[in-house]
Amino acid sequence: MEQKVGIVSYGAYVPRYRITPQEIGQVWGTDGTAMGKGLNVVRKSVPSPDEDTITISTEALRIALTRGKINPHDIGAIYVGSESHPYAVKPTATVVAQAVGATPYLTAADFEFACKAGTAAIQTCMGMVASRMITYGVAIGADTSQGAPGDALEYSASAGGAALVIGRENLIAEINATESFTTDTPDFWRREGQRYPSHGGRFTGEPAYFRHVGECGRRMMERAQTEPKDYQHVVFHQPNGKFPQRIGKSLGFSEAQMKYGLVTPWIGNTYSGAALIGLANVLDHAKGGDRVLVVGYGSGAGSDAFDVTVTDRIESYDRNHGRQVQEFLDGGVPLSYAMYAKYRGKIHLGGS
Amino acid sequence: MTVARFWRETPRRYNLGGNRCSACTTVYFPPRAVCPTCQKHRQSLGKMEPFTLSGDGEVFSFTLVHEAAEGFEMQVPYVLALIKTTEGPLLTGQIVDISHEEVHIGMRVRAAFRKLREDGRAGVIHYGYKFSPARENGGREAVASPVSQEALARAAARTQGTART
Ligand SMILES: [Zn+2]
Repeated sequence: MEQKVGIVSYGAYVPRYRITPQEIGQVWGTDGTAMGKGLNVVRKSVPSPDEDTITISTEALRIALTRGKINPHDIGAIYVGSESHPYAVKPTATVVAQAVGATPYLTAADFEFACKAGTAAIQTCMGMVASRMITYGVAIGADTSQGAPGDALEYSASAGGAALVIGRENLIAEINATESFTTDTPDFWRREGQRYPSHGGRFTGEPAYFRHVGECGRRMMERAQTEPKDYQHVVFHQPNGKFPQRIGKSLGFSEAQMKYGLVTPWIGNTYSGAALIGLANVLDHAKGGDRVLVVGYGSGAGSDAFDVTVTDRIESYDRNHGRQVQEFLDGGVPLSYAMYAKYRGKIHLGGS
Repeated sequence: MTVARFWRETPRRYNLGGNRCSACTTVYFPPRAVCPTCQKHRQSLGKMEPFTLSGDGEVFSFTLVHEAAEGFEMQVPYVLALIKTTEGPLLTGQIVDISHEEVHIGMRVRAAFRKLREDGRAGVIHYGYKFSPARENGGREAVASPVSQEALARAAARTQGTART
């Protein structure tokens, strides 16, 4: 890419409540410990009744704007990628834009592509920033997804998100190149009006996640003329804690390279937020010169990859404003299944 | 509340948009047309300028609500507090992200963006400010103490108890 583009600032947000696979398992007569082990999920985040994709996106972006000392009026585009937009019709992005003070002179839209809508938003912003249509573009990936009660998804589906400000100057990380891999693969879907998603069971693995993430990651390295050893960090989409470990290993990455990019074991699968929160955690720990490979994935299916180089500017960038991702991984208030069911609207109240 | 009325209040509810008297620098939230602090109100005419509160403040007083207002049933009991903002105005808001036993007068808080209420299942969703614990560097307080095994055991015990009865 001729015009340098990259990340100017970032912020992440994860709601405060947590529930464990054991707690979920004992309600459904399932061995939660085994389930958690199988998925490599220790606990997952649960949003408060007053949190949704709009509030999570806003909190993440407010942190990013303060850290980067960015004037909201310099934002030319806000794209929010999610599969849990609060409205079926009415954009998430307009509320977020208003809530951070970026309105009215900007464009905004909601993106949907299962879990990779946030990485698609990054690519769109890169193009607009590089072509000088806008000064800053904001790409957000956030979700408050649910699995049907008792379904395997219920053990991992959680809530959280991250916001990236994409620009040309004052970059804390340059995005050297991006690559995508897309096919029609029905591994996971939700029809209009359905409360919970459906999935193809084992089909979600081999032909879906592993093929797309693998192909996209390999092509990204071919194009960047890199090998796994050239990267200090790697981030994969992480529907559970196991898939990213397996694909990482098969692509030739070590546990150490995957360490900071893997966040799902402690907060669950944040869907559109997952790869972006993983990247935020890497940036929380990165040093100038570190190279990062990011490969997102969305069911349906597609992968977007990014070859990223952290700049020396990261050392003077204010990473301490707001919470670092590690706090979300370590902290949290445990919920009983009863409280979780109440908070997630799984209990039907009389009269409605 | 009608959609139009809420929409008009959006700058206030989303961004704590108030105003300031440029004659005596007193800050108002919600914004006022004239400044009651200036001895002659007329001095402030035409001198009120838009001013956005930082969202930082401390708990001035609070109460624990058990009888929920409509739309808040899921959050009972919850804390409603008077917040003394750094810029001066006193405002009312819910305190979230902390157990109510830990709320105390003088506690530092910072504005958070939350869902306020929904007009039923088909109606519009209202968003706005609430407050959550703040820490010295201007960021938020940690999510909570690290997840302890005892807390997990307590949560599990509660569910088992529910299942038996
Ligand atoms: Zn005055």
